[in-house]
Amino acid sequence: MFDDFMIRATLAGLGLALAAAPLGCFVVWRRMAYFGDATAHAAILGVALALALNTSVFAGVLVLALLMAGIVTSLSGRGYAVDTLLGVMAHSALALGLVAVSFLQGVRVDLMAWLFGDILSVTRADLALIWGGGGLVAGLIAWRWQALLTATLNVDLAWAAGINPRREQQILTLALAVVVAVAIKVVGALLISAMLIIPAAAARPLSRTPEAMVIFAALAGGAAVLGGLQISLFADTPTGPTIIATAALIFLLSTAFGRVIRPK
Amino acid sequence: MSLVSLKNVSVTMGSQAALNNVSISIEPGEITTIVGPNGSGKTTLLRLVIGALAANSGEVIRAPGLNIGYVPQALKIDATLPMTVTRFLSLPKRHTPEDTSAALARAGAGHIAERQIMALSGGQFQRVLLARALLDQPQLLILDEPTTGLDQPGAAAFYHQIEEVRRSLGCAVLMVSHDLHVVMSASDKVICLNGHVCCHGTPEVVASAPEYRELFGTGTQGTLALYKHDHRHAHSHENCDHEHDLEAHNV
Repeated sequence: MFDDFMIRATLAGLGLALAAAPLGCFVVWRRMAYFGDATAHAAILGVALALALNTSVFAGVLVLALLMAGIVTSLSGRGYAVDTLLGVMAHSALALGLVAVSFLQGVRVDLMAWLFGDILSVTRADLALIWGGGGLVAGLIAWRWQALLTATLNVDLAWAAGINPRREQQILTLALAVVVAVAIKVVGALLISAMLIIPAAAARPLSRTPEAMVIFAALAGGAAVLGGLQISLFADTPTGPTIIATAALIFLLSTAFGRVIRPK
Repeated sequence: MSLVSLKNVSVTMGSQAALNNVSISIEPGEITTIVGPNGSGKTTLLRLVIGALAANSGEVIRAPGLNIGYVPQALKIDATLPMTVTRFLSLPKRHTPEDTSAALARAGAGHIAERQIMALSGGQFQRVLLARALLDQPQLLILDEPTTGLDQPGAAAFYHQIEEVRRSLGCAVLMVSHDLHVVMSASDKVICLNGHVCCHGTPEVVASAPEYRELFGTGTQGTLALYKHDHRHAHSHENCDHEHDLEAHNV
């Protein structure tokens, strides 16, 4: 059944949506949207390095995403406002990656595929990576769920309960790097943070608890993948951007619905 | 054995000393109140006790397995995080619905169990924070300026509740407060802090200590500050080089 490219694409998208739901909620709650952007943009540099060194793109992206997340974390709180710092890092990483790709002579690089994803060309090996990485992220977050939530509410509340909020931040950073590496094939470097943020934002008006928000985010992400794939097939539009556009439509609908059921 | 003891602890923030050679100990079942002017290191001291800060020198010793219930001064919850009161009570440890509803009922907040945390008033939120801290049956309850945002009767009722809690749970209480009049009379031990421990002891001892008068004014004649609440009184400032907090709360 994995022979059909549409089935592989659907499974790849659903795998990403499941991992992106819990992580995306934390990205929204902790206001890490720019952080996600910086990490995702560094992925292009990872792609260039991996192709130049002839190693796995997954590994290259993972290493660069981890490196970027580490640099941003250690630089923040040293005199720069965090949003300025992240703005500098995110766009520099993207520009540097694009320059690096242009140096790759003899290797034909489909830049569009890395920037906007190429979900229809997902192989069985990619599928194994996506579900393996996605499972790892979901498992990691499920394991640390109570501690992560407490540290997100208030760091001193976490310290008093014997939870080290810095370690919880590192766990989220690691999860983010894995999701970036997994998602680059599906939606591309430029739209990874959209896949994290939009389903979570769509879930917010419908949710009364953090757990409900994760479930609704997974449903919204899954629906965006299924809907986006079908629309792109019929309308012959680029698949990654169509998935994100579908997610945006779901966000609009849920926000409008939220206004209706809760007028205040 | 003391629940927490600080031995010759110093903390520097940047280039400034926040705490200098501070030694205190928190004993089981005791209510300890920390008073001191703004910037005297009160919050730094609490953060040392909960483990959020490391001392630059000296030692912080916690009793093994010490269970701390912490009520922060303020909790800003991001609007994107949905959270009912009941769910909040199960963080970080999960509790049964029976336990959480019993805790809310004790705190006089049973009717708001399914409300969103964000929609609570200041007083309701304070009760929920206290109920959460007490659910784990802490050995040490820590309160950072717990009555900020409450009016005078509300603050008095809150301190009365703290004494109740100590009686029923037998836990030690460590709090930082500005409401000197009310809070000191309810304490077993008062520590007057200004970067270092100026003086400490029973409320009566501290209130009559010259160091305390120097910090908080001599116009109220020390002990009078404990019981008498003057709305407009003159302070003599000849010995006082610190901005003191009493004034702001006496208006």
